[in-house]
Amino acid sequence: MSASLNLRAALLSLTILVVFLLGWHVAVQSGSSGAASNNDPEYAKLLGQQATQGKSAMPGPLDVISTIWGHLRDPFYDKGPNDKGLGIQLAWSLARVLLGYALAVLLAIPLGFLIGMSPLISKALDPFIQVLKPISPLAWMPLALYTIKDSGISAIFVIFICSVWPMLLNTAFGVSAVRKEWLNVARTLEVGPIRRAFTIILPAAAPTILTGMRISIGIAWLVIVAAEMLVGGTGIGYFVWNEWNNLSITNVIVAITVIGVMGMILDQTLAWLQRAVTYPD
Amino acid sequence: MTDPTPNPKFISIEGIARRYPKAGGGMTTVFEDLWFSMKKGEFACIIGHSGCGKTTVLNILNGLDAPDDGAAIVDGRAIEGPSLDRAVIFQGHSLLPWRTVLGNVAYAVAARHRDWPKAKVDAHAMAFIEKVGLKGSELKKPSELSGGMKQRVGIARALSIEPKMMLMDEPFSALDALTRGTLQDEVRRICLETGQTAFMITHDVDEAIYLADRIVLMTNGPQAMIAEIVENPLPRERVRTEVHHHPDYYAIRNHLIDFLVSRSKTFKDAVPEGYDRRHPPVVRPTAGGSGPDAGRKAA
Repeated sequence: MSASLNLRAALLSLTILVVFLLGWHVAVQSGSSGAASNNDPEYAKLLGQQATQGKSAMPGPLDVISTIWGHLRDPFYDKGPNDKGLGIQLAWSLARVLLGYALAVLLAIPLGFLIGMSPLISKALDPFIQVLKPISPLAWMPLALYTIKDSGISAIFVIFICSVWPMLLNTAFGVSAVRKEWLNVARTLEVGPIRRAFTIILPAAAPTILTGMRISIGIAWLVIVAAEMLVGGTGIGYFVWNEWNNLSITNVIVAITVIGVMGMILDQTLAWLQRAVTYPD
Repeated sequence: MTDPTPNPKFISIEGIARRYPKAGGGMTTVFEDLWFSMKKGEFACIIGHSGCGKTTVLNILNGLDAPDDGAAIVDGRAIEGPSLDRAVIFQGHSLLPWRTVLGNVAYAVAARHRDWPKAKVDAHAMAFIEKVGLKGSELKKPSELSGGMKQRVGIARALSIEPKMMLMDEPFSALDALTRGTLQDEVRRICLETGQTAFMITHDVDEAIYLADRIVLMTNGPQAMIAEIVENPLPRERVRTEVHHHPDYYAIRNHLIDFLVSRSKTFKDAVPEGYDRRHPPVVRPTAGGSGPDAGRKAA
């Protein structure tokens, strides 16, 4: 029953994809019928196909697929600062995200434990968290650039600051919501506080913590594109902006697709980890 | 079964009180000046209505709660917090759902014997899993077990640390009648075999009659008090399916139910003459005053 449901869902997904690609293909082709080719051939060569043959600047799916194929065949070439392979750009973005995210994990989980376990610290830190949490991560960028004086590290800082909040709040909530009866089991067994934190609170709160980590990686991946557009130099966000300046809509669409797929991989990795620590009650 | 010369006060509750701040200021006294003691190897049940502080008494005994006045003493030492000497079987089974049956029991064993290697811990845990009849299910997670099996794991976990006494907070109240009966048999068998001292909260009068040597009756809270201590007239060797044929069975059962239905409310207003909080009256309800072993003939 569920197998047939999955099969039907897959077929429907495939149909939607094919309809979308066909629609796209037809939509960008339609402009090419009225050829305005009564120009000087020299002039036409300078202007390119868009002006001379009325070809849409919007690439069709076939252009995008062939460009993706081109990138896939040689993802790591490096021909100077403005022409690097998509793989290199993606690797830069991933490295920044993972570094900023890892720093956020190192801060948010221990601090979240502290907030979750101590009502005093929870109340004392609450106003700061409430004010800092709604700040758009990019608003930190000028401050980061001024104090850190390095655009690459500033981008990492922006990722750090945007991934901290969901992890911090979820860890604090997960820790404070650990069932009293489990803690009482540990207490009646004379389990010390450190051991209790690792053997009772951590496994009990792990699903909630992982939910926060999953939200954070999603936000971090959203923010890195914008951050790299600002700081420039390398990364998938910079690639998008650079290709826009090159007027290569094909490459912009390729980058958008790659960003989506990478985001999905990151999210699914965390989802898998989340399932691994979830316990049936 | 029990020590040849049992300490008459293996467990001694001496004038304990517990008060909580009231919502509108002031204090609510759940109970005060409560006195009670138990011999080693004895099985005591405490019955009373919700809110009379039974669970608070139990939590003071296991060390999770502390009295505002008085002291609870076990084996000559005042209770100053939870201890591995006093195992608790909780009302909800309170197993750790991310651990297997073996993992749950081994967690307790490893807490008791911190220097044991893992193989020894597991072997020790397995012995107690077998004792409660769960061999073969040791690698299952609690979510895969029935309610009765979960409570068995709770019993195995409590026994595995080989405590000086067992404290049980309505351990079988969430189970169906059949499972409850089997587990009562097992708890009784294990307590008798190991000479375990046990203190149990229950709402089930029949459970109290089957399991307990003495039954503590608590009046309604707040300001609950021990109305009396009922000595069980039934012989120590009892069979669950036959206890209700014992001539004294209905005497004690009616006595307990009468208390729960009416006297638990009215006792406080008309405290009998000569009532001493330190020595609440001890009663032994029997059918027409027959001797303690009169039931043997009938059973």
